[in-house]
Amino acid sequence: MKNIIILGWQTLKKPSAYYSLGALVIGGFIAGIIFWGGFNTALEVTNTEEFCISCHEMEDNVYEEMKTTIHFTNRSGVRATCPDCHVPHNWTDKIARKMQASKEVWGMIFGTIDTREKFLAHRRGLAENEWRRLKANDSLECRNCHNFDYMDFTEQSERASYQHSTALADGEKTCIDCHKGIAHQLPDMKGVEGW
Amino acid sequence: MKNLNLAVIASLLVLTVSPVLYSLSANAADKETVNSVATLRDHTPIMVQREPNAIPKVINKDIKQGRNYPMQPPVIPHTIRGYEVNKTNNKCMSCHSRHRTEKSQAPMVSVTHYMDRDGNFLAEMSPRRYFCNQCHVTQLDAKPLVENTFTDMHSLMKEKSKAEKH
Repeated sequence: MKNIIILGWQTLKKPSAYYSLGALVIGGFIAGIIFWGGFNTALEVTNTEEFCISCHEMEDNVYEEMKTTIHFTNRSGVRATCPDCHVPHNWTDKIARKMQASKEVWGMIFGTIDTREKFLAHRRGLAENEWRRLKANDSLECRNCHNFDYMDFTEQSERASYQHSTALADGEKTCIDCHKGIAHQLPDMKGVEGW
Repeated sequence: MKNLNLAVIASLLVLTVSPVLYSLSANAADKETVNSVATLRDHTPIMVQREPNAIPKVINKDIKQGRNYPMQPPVIPHTIRGYEVNKTNNKCMSCHSRHRTEKSQAPMVSVTHYMDRDGNFLAEMSPRRYFCNQCHVTQLDAKPLVENTFTDMHSLMKEKSKAEKH
């Protein structure tokens, strides 16, 4: 085993004896395109709702709950899918989130939340993860669609326009501070600010 | 004799058939009067699927509405879509509880909500008063199906005192 590794390293260290520089450069370039494209395609596949709800944990709990909310069905037919809110659009943030998701794969394999009861027991912690992320990035995933600059306060109800033109406009509050549980049911909210 | 027999048979026939005919026509009339009150099916034949009514909008003006009688639970003047009131959470109380009203400027739930049925005050809301929607409801922007003829006691008393003066 050790000999094989040493042989491999020695081969890599040596200049190419048989292949032309052109073949190596162009071949490397083409292989790069294929690998990078493949990586990105695979990444995008994991960024679809079908992929998310291919696990019953997601389909039976959070997806079912979402169906009754305004982010699933509404008058204009614009809807949010799982990754719209749960995966950052920015590339580096997206990769960071995808690496965190390896823990979710672990949970899937070992059945951390494979029954409704287990899911409910973990719900507060899971919700807090998302609240923390949205609080830290100033509710970026909300703002990907809901742009504060284009909000028409006159179209909002009196209470909504008051809150949005004061606390939200000052930057004192961000979307998630008030709009918890808009797409899924809430965990036990004991001790959460504003409850 | 033959004629008499015929007359008797005819009169018997009339006597037996007429109540049946009468009841038939009366039933039809009854049905019409009963059904003249608008139902949700609106005279649609039983074998026909009626096109459903448009769903009216919830009134969302945030303006207090009057109570029709002194003990009426106040109605909710805003939408409550997605508000959770269950074993773990009560969304209504995140604005209407005592320690939240200063911030929300919403009316505080009355102290009776903290009383059990023997009149003892509890630290938390009484379980029998916990589920807000048992008594408090939103209002729809819809035409009433039947006219409401309810008269509250103040109007009755006013009318009575007016009548006594004359």
